[in-house]
Amino acid sequence: MTFRAKKVAVLAVATSFAFGNTAVAEPDLDAVLVINDELEMVTMVDPPAHLEGALDKVISGWHFRDAATRKLETDDFENPAFIHVEQGLTAWETVEGSEGESCASCHGSIEESMKGLRAVLPKVTADGELWSMENYINDCRENRMGAEPWGWNTGPMRDMTAAIALQSRGMPVNVAIDGPAQPYWEQGKELYYKRHGLLDLSCASCHEENNGNYIRADHLSQGQINGFPVYRLKQSNMISLHNRFFGCVRDTRAESYERGGPEFRALELYVASRGNGLSVEAPSVRN
Amino acid sequence: MADVKPRVKIPSSASAGEAFTVKTLISHPMESGLRKDADGNAIPRRIINRFTCEFNGANVLDMELHGAVSANPYIEFEAQIDAAGEFTFTWYDDDGSVYTTTNAIDLA
Repeated sequence: MTFRAKKVAVLAVATSFAFGNTAVAEPDLDAVLVINDELEMVTMVDPPAHLEGALDKVISGWHFRDAATRKLETDDFENPAFIHVEQGLTAWETVEGSEGESCASCHGSIEESMKGLRAVLPKVTADGELWSMENYINDCRENRMGAEPWGWNTGPMRDMTAAIALQSRGMPVNVAIDGPAQPYWEQGKELYYKRHGLLDLSCASCHEENNGNYIRADHLSQGQINGFPVYRLKQSNMISLHNRFFGCVRDTRAESYERGGPEFRALELYVASRGNGLSVEAPSVRN
Repeated sequence: MADVKPRVKIPSSASAGEAFTVKTLISHPMESGLRKDADGNAIPRRIINRFTCEFNGANVLDMELHGAVSANPYIEFEAQIDAAGEFTFTWYDDDGSVYTTTNAIDLA
């Protein structure tokens, strides 16, 4: 039972006939995400080969949110994440650290130099380590700028990742899972299917087997990460991917992994690969 | 929130008498004054308490904001014009700061 979303949608139609009202509309799989009336996003694709049999369709979390939340993402003016993007763009131009450099002094225009980056991260470096965007940012800050590294889950880091991710918006997620990335991908896959905590839940228990069903008053999504970092209405703030992972594992009543640690970076690679083909939606809006 | 920054979106032109949408947003913490910090001391109130919009000096909108308004207040309303001119948007902060931005609009 992997394609719950459709089933729920059919049920919703049935109940609306039965009660003669307009019943719940989400997950709305017919909705189309167009940003600023010009950029049409791919929010549903056939699963990549390695997901054969696990999911019938790969669906962005956007479809699982209610109409008002979905609408917020269609206009950059109304998308509250853009306040944070602007702060990230300001930081891009700001000179910091002992070397007297800003991001812009090496990389130039963020639109040019960072285009496409979000779609291929995390990736394996020349030294054979798996790096997320945060690792690259802090490497630059420490080794090129001579500045203090930012904490993984701090405001400036989230603002910067949002500003960089925006430059890839609309491009298909396409992380490499073969070659040097394969052992990390296998590690991430193992984590995804491993049951954690007192509640004995794996990622798959909710996001693969029960997406489209309710979890309390909200719909479970497939847990796709094409929209990260996201503006989360619940916290009225930007939320980094690893913070979201952290919260999920904690909610299974397990001892969670460290944000930015090797486990979550491997999981990030695996979960990103489950969404290969979806448009990068960052910075998206979720509840 | 490090810095307060107003943003406004209006069309570049509109025909006389045609209603168009004005969207405004200001990044602001809107600290309610009811919260306490980790040591139990009250965090002083700091909110945007008034917002005004003027067109060529004539008042379009003048509103008061109170403690229950969330961070980054977003205000959307409709307006119409009969001549080209300039909108002036002003936000008044509890700490005495005044943030102003202007947007020109043409008659189509």
